[in-house]
Amino acid sequence: MNNSWNDKLSPVVKAIPPSGIRKFFDLVTETKGVISLGVGEPDFVTPWHIREASIYALEKGYTMYTSNSGLLELREEISKDLSGSYGVNYDPRSEILVTVGVSEALDLAMRAIVCSGDEVLIPEPSFVSYAPIVSLAGGTPVPLPTTMENEFRLTPEQVEKAITPKTKALLLSYPSNPTGAVMDRKGLLALAEIAKSHDLIVVSDEIYDKLTYVGEHTCMSSLPGMRDRTVLLNGFSKAYAMTGWRVAYAASNPDFIGAMTKIHQYSIMCAPITAQMAAIEALKSGRPAMKRMVQEFSRRRHLVMQSFKEMGLPCFEPKGAFYAFPKTSVTGLSSEEFAEQLLQEEKVAVVPGSAFGNAGEGFIRVSYAYSSDDLSEAFRRMTRFVRRRGVFPRKVIGPSGIDFVQKEGICQNL
Amino acid sequence: MLNADTETVREEIRNMEGNKTILKYMTLINWEKAGEEKVDAMIEVRITPQRDTGYDTVAERIYRFPEVRSVRLMSGTYDLAVFVEGKTMKQVANFVSTKLATIEGVVSTTSHFVLKTYKQDGVIIDDEEEDRRLVISP
Repeated sequence: MNNSWNDKLSPVVKAIPPSGIRKFFDLVTETKGVISLGVGEPDFVTPWHIREASIYALEKGYTMYTSNSGLLELREEISKDLSGSYGVNYDPRSEILVTVGVSEALDLAMRAIVCSGDEVLIPEPSFVSYAPIVSLAGGTPVPLPTTMENEFRLTPEQVEKAITPKTKALLLSYPSNPTGAVMDRKGLLALAEIAKSHDLIVVSDEIYDKLTYVGEHTCMSSLPGMRDRTVLLNGFSKAYAMTGWRVAYAASNPDFIGAMTKIHQYSIMCAPITAQMAAIEALKSGRPAMKRMVQEFSRRRHLVMQSFKEMGLPCFEPKGAFYAFPKTSVTGLSSEEFAEQLLQEEKVAVVPGSAFGNAGEGFIRVSYAYSSDDLSEAFRRMTRFVRRRGVFPRKVIGPSGIDFVQKEGICQNL
Repeated sequence: MLNADTETVREEIRNMEGNKTILKYMTLINWEKAGEEKVDAMIEVRITPQRDTGYDTVAERIYRFPEVRSVRLMSGTYDLAVFVEGKTMKQVANFVSTKLATIEGVVSTTSHFVLKTYKQDGVIIDDEEEDRRLVISP
């Protein structure tokens, strides 16, 4: 008899490294008195009327399964929302699937389309689940490193260069977790052309679409010829402060949605009915509350950017989501060293950029889903920490007025 | 937020103050937290309407009292809802019995003392939700 049950595990699962976030989470929970800027969810509680709709559903005895695809009323509301927001139409009966969070939708999409050995292109830094989910589906994740200098956007050239006969799909997430980067319409159009010419599927995680502060969000499916080759993923977690409800959806052509529904019905069955009832309420009348939250995030975004400028850390200005991704390599520390030492010395928790792939090395992820008081105190502590590493901001007059010049010579406009 | 520059917004506020669209700026205080002891009461008042002026003359006599915070003409079983503020219950009771109830035209009063305020002017008092998030999440 084998002594180690580890030998019995699937080699695919064994090959997947543990999440960098999980590892750091354990370290943070062992430290007392920590101000955390490490959370990837809104600091607002779900708006009351949405909670109330769910409570009412329970009181009325809605405690049973729904159809595998989700409540038809919810799918109809989702269809209306997509049509109204982006002008892209989906049949609620065959082209929309309600899932348990975008995480499940992503898993279903990958399992439905990826065959053994297929390659999936993923811009990095990327959400921690993307690469492992591709691997679990039997595919090969191919990271496409993006840079701060290029505002963490994918270029058509690097996508073209990465394409091989095995490339099956492109997995996009804009606005991005962890960088806050967005892709404008022109940039997405260029990627769409490549997808069409190489017959690629685009899986587009647009969970942060409503949290776009600069310009308007472009929905990949709304671009010419992209509706049927895009699996659009979205949900309620971020815009409506509903992370714990685990309710989201996928929208695409009936073939993809049909295949995803097959996996979903055998593994998950359906999303919880009370969460689906709450989601209906969110779509019907949650927009004003959502807009108030978005305005507040936008206000904090300025505070965060100002703080990084004052402390001397170069930081790309995030255009969406609620994260800033400052470059910490100017301190001479690796991402993990920076995060660990900041935690130990100043009791501020941030997530090392390396948790989001190799391209995130040299950065940290800072969430601004916190109160202004918490943010101010955390930045006071972080400034002390950074100064001790010999990084100081310096102001000089440049051609466009006052420019900010980093000690190491990296320029960032004020 | 309004997509307008600071000066435009300032000018608009000035106009609204001038034409009395904006009447007053208020601070809403949680008196319990401030440690201030005070008593609020809502008095239902039934009155006899006056010729030519209806309810207005009696209402005016009532709202001129500094103890009165607000007066509203209501439909239903009574006519005016009068909100009164005092330092003690006795002070409020005294005001009602000696000043309010004795006004000519006032037929009857029914006093309701405020025991607790949950929400006022659209603001929920003590609306503090605990942050239940994990310290780190994806």
